Amino acid sequence: MASELSLRDWLLAEIPLSKSQARCQRIFISWLAFKHNPVAVIGLSIIVSLVAIAALAPWITASDGLELHLSERLIAPGSEHWFGTDGLGRDIFDRIIWGSRITLYIVALVSIIVVPIGLLVGTVSGYIGGWVDTVLMRLTDIFLAFPRLILAMALVAALGPGLENAVLAIALTTWSPFARIARAEALTIRNSEFILAAQVQGVSTAGILVRHVTPLCMSSVIVRLTLDMAGIILTAAGLGFLGLGAQPPTPEWGAMISLGRQYLIDQWWVPTVPGIAILVVSLGFNLLGDGLRDVFDPKSGH
Amino acid sequence: MDQSTPSDQQMTGPGLALTSKLVKIVGVLASLLLTFIGLTAITFVIGRVMPADPVLAIVGDRASQEVYDQVFLQLGLDKPVYIQYFKYIGQLLQGDLGISIMTAQPVADDIRRFFPATLELATIATLLGIFVGIPMGVLAAVHKGRWPDHIIRVIGLIGYSAPIFWLGMIALLVFYAKLDWVAGPGRLDVYYDGIVEPVTGVLMIDAAMVGEWEIFHNALSHLILPASILGTFALAYISRMTRSFMLDQLSQEYILTARVKGMPEWKVIWGHAFRNVLVQLITIIGLTYASLLEGSVLTETVFSWPGIGMYITNSLFNNDMNAVLGGTIVVGFCFVGINLLSDLLYRLVDPRVR
Repeated sequence: MASELSLRDWLLAEIPLSKSQARCQRIFISWLAFKHNPVAVIGLSIIVSLVAIAALAPWITASDGLELHLSERLIAPGSEHWFGTDGLGRDIFDRIIWGSRITLYIVALVSIIVVPIGLLVGTVSGYIGGWVDTVLMRLTDIFLAFPRLILAMALVAALGPGLENAVLAIALTTWSPFARIARAEALTIRNSEFILAAQVQGVSTAGILVRHVTPLCMSSVIVRLTLDMAGIILTAAGLGFLGLGAQPPTPEWGAMISLGRQYLIDQWWVPTVPGIAILVVSLGFNLLGDGLRDVFDPKSGH
Repeated sequence: MDQSTPSDQQMTGPGLALTSKLVKIVGVLASLLLTFIGLTAITFVIGRVMPADPVLAIVGDRASQEVYDQVFLQLGLDKPVYIQYFKYIGQLLQGDLGISIMTAQPVADDIRRFFPATLELATIATLLGIFVGIPMGVLAAVHKGRWPDHIIRVIGLIGYSAPIFWLGMIALLVFYAKLDWVAGPGRLDVYYDGIVEPVTGVLMIDAAMVGEWEIFHNALSHLILPASILGTFALAYISRMTRSFMLDQLSQEYILTARVKGMPEWKVIWGHAFRNVLVQLITIIGLTYASLLEGSVLTETVFSWPGIGMYITNSLFNNDMNAVLGGTIVVGFCFVGINLLSDLLYRLVDPRVR
């Protein structure tokens, strides 16, 4: 108890004594604001559960969700199979659990591609300015103006269906808002004194961009990424549903809905359950994103 | 959409008003041109550069050598890439999108046949979003923090988060298969097919023009479910933005002044705050309409709605590259065009931007 109290004191001390203490304090204070927002906490718990389920999949499931049991086709949800079985006798619960890994894989892959590109284009554009800015921002606007799903479909038509190609197509149409955010952030700080101090000390432009400008963009980028995540998941599921994303027998949720479509009238659970999974996860990201925005950017307020 | 650049701020003198207006129009046109060049460049890369054999992607693997050679020359594949691109742009400007393998017709003609169905669906969906979403948003803002607000927020969140194709399937299951309230997939029942001459291509208008009310009702019964499903996104987005704009207006001082003067509350809300919100909503509605034109792809697949989305999807599975790219370009142009139009309309209506 005593140590907990002192930890709290350390986290709330008026004058931080070290860089790491200041950093911990900032996170802690944001957390204090965050945890009073019930909606955001629900969102966070959904996402944490998703990660936990994906990590623990081998221990939660009885099968790998790929084996066929043709004698157990289309069994209704019950104690034996919680979510029933599909047209090939595979346990839907197990497939949903394994599918959570694919959802996280999509989310991670898109983030890894989109954030660095957006940050690079945005910070360079905002910090350097001039004609570089004009050219890069025109380019960003062009991508911002594109219809996402249609372009992804055209790209998949050329590259061939598959999860990775779907992710690439989504990333191509997702990076531009991040460039806009990073540019706005870079513009506001490029004339500030600490940047000037770094310039005087002879820090290279690349160094300033990476070590000073980028960290200040991160909070807005994370909020935006969380808010965009639902859209990314829905687009990936849509491509999977059309047969352009993950291919069978991969237990991707959108593809599962597509396979279950023929059983809609008589075995409603086959296409319904994966849809609920998608709904819950994208709801989780939307709630979390709303909450994060309230914490980091109270002005946009709700 | 764009942040104001320093040059905008300098030109505020009365003598410079005309010049600045001209500069803005030129700027808008230039950015439009750039976007179109970008869009065509991307479709060009997807169609002509990415495939190992672009000719094969266009004619299919069952074409004869003569057809192959003809298309090879037509695309100018013996010439450098930039010449090929100019040739491509030239053909586009003449409305030539190539021939579809699947239908053996010019892609432009195909699109002219399929597009009205999408237009009909997206228009009705957007109207639903406007006429249900705006009152919902105003209601939520007026009752901020109380139960109407919470309920509307939850509906909006679900509209945002649900996969539209799944929602469509559930709706078909409940309202068509179980309750039998509406007609099923497609635009018309089979026995009504081909009775009405397609004039506008929008079935309800065509049927109404020749007084075929039975067909009109059948078309409406087919349309209502997909339009509502497609409209949920519009509804969620429009009600959310209305709420947030409305809250912004209601916290302004002129609202306080009006209330202090003793103006009735309904007049404060609808006569003062809402009038300012309406101007801001123009851009939002344009954005929604454009994204629904695009987003109808999934809804069309679920409801077997013979629109441009289904045309693109079917072409994709038949490796019909010309058709896929033609569809992409047309939808892309509409998307960009509608966004630009709503931007211009906004500038026209809002005196602060003008």
